[in-house]
Amino acid sequence: MLGNPKNSSDMAPGSPSRWHFFWFSSPKTFYPLAGKLIPFFAALSAVLCAIGLYISFFVAPTDAQQGDAYRIIFIHVPAAWMSMFLYVVMACWAALGLVLNTRMSAMMASAIAPTGALFTFIALWTGALWGKPTWGAWWVWDARLTSELILLFLYFGFMALEGAIDDARRADKACAILAIVGVVNVPVIYFSVKWWNTLHQGASISMKAAPSMAATMLVGMLIMALAFWMYSIAVILSRVRCIILTREWRNDWVAELLGAKR
Amino acid sequence: MRAFGAVLLRDLRLSMRRKGDVLNTLAFFIMVTSMFPLGVGADSQLLRTIAPGILWVAALLAAMLSFPRLFDSDFADGTLEQIALSGESLSILVLAKVTAHWITSGLTLALLAPLMGIQFGLEGNLLAVLCASLLLGSPVLSLIGAVAASLTLGVRGAGVLSALIVLPLFVPVLIFGAGAVTAADSGLGGDSHLLLLGAMLLVSVPLAPLATAAALRIALEHA
Repeated sequence: MLGNPKNSSDMAPGSPSRWHFFWFSSPKTFYPLAGKLIPFFAALSAVLCAIGLYISFFVAPTDAQQGDAYRIIFIHVPAAWMSMFLYVVMACWAALGLVLNTRMSAMMASAIAPTGALFTFIALWTGALWGKPTWGAWWVWDARLTSELILLFLYFGFMALEGAIDDARRADKACAILAIVGVVNVPVIYFSVKWWNTLHQGASISMKAAPSMAATMLVGMLIMALAFWMYSIAVILSRVRCIILTREWRNDWVAELLGAKR
Repeated sequence: MRAFGAVLLRDLRLSMRRKGDVLNTLAFFIMVTSMFPLGVGADSQLLRTIAPGILWVAALLAAMLSFPRLFDSDFADGTLEQIALSGESLSILVLAKVTAHWITSGLTLALLAPLMGIQFGLEGNLLAVLCASLLLGSPVLSLIGAVAASLTLGVRGAGVLSALIVLPLFVPVLIFGAGAVTAADSGLGGDSHLLLLGAMLLVSVPLAPLATAAALRIALEHA
């Protein structure tokens, strides 16, 4: 199995000698695991992105009402899905860190925030680029756009709070509480088009009915969403490796690692 | 219950001894609401339309300025630690502190706002809806603000940071609060907005003190 130590030097000090549930909860063991996973996810993301973009430009038909301007949907919708999904994942990692008192979980939450903020920004920006030719306005203050903007501010608040507190463990726990309090916004974004009279299009994809869009468009969107997801995993794992090195720099294993590189 | 009453009375007495804190908040509210007509011009129809938004934003900003008052001085002299160590439920004591804070800031703002509304040309029933929306919404602001104040306790740059954290969480309250008056004005009736504000209040009363208490314990543990 992946986590089985071959000899005693692979083991984190003081841990039992066989694999257990918290094996990868230590920065020392997670660092090499993340390193092995990153190329896999990056390659998967590149391939899926290539396929998705090919479908979006050459396979998906021209829309009856919007012409070719609709093709930004293949970036806009996956980015919006990722922005909401990453916030929930971040809140889950943060909650796990609070409950189990593991600093690795909190480091994962900190690693997710910038990527989530980026996807929120991309969703808002591509939405504006799409809105101008179709709605005639770069921005309207309707429920979905406003709540997505609030999500961006929540990500900023998380990153600002983390940056302002010097004590790393206090920052972890405070940001965890903030993330959990803010997660209430995500259902609001998701259901905003149902709860309010909005200009933004309603849900075309639901669990209960057939999707109201052409099959090729739907497939392209799902492939792009998967591509963004794989990209997020790759980037977040790289970022968490940097965070691990920054926070664990006093430990012997980091000194050995960096010493060997020199 | 006795602990709740004790902390509530203590905080009210302390605020009365430093009336400056309370009155400064009110003065800020009055001045900000007076600045908007000076900025946008005296067109009475325009002022009447934007009045609910301005009054709500001014109340929100005034509330935000008063949040440091909640925990900072108690944290600085060690009283907060004693409160946390007292063995009483920290959430209940936090609720008492927030109630005292609300009585001296949010409640007074809510009662003063109709007076400011007259300046903007709002009529009788709209003033009543405005007052009701602020009475329901300002406790929510105080409760959410307490969460942000406790998260940034003793942190460098806490004032602006807690504002940055708290504003996204304020937005729904602002939308429904100002929306209540606008809806009442347009004939739709502010009832649905006021009911949603009430719902937000009912949700935040039990949950916000829990989050605040957790954040306070974190701040005290790592102080």
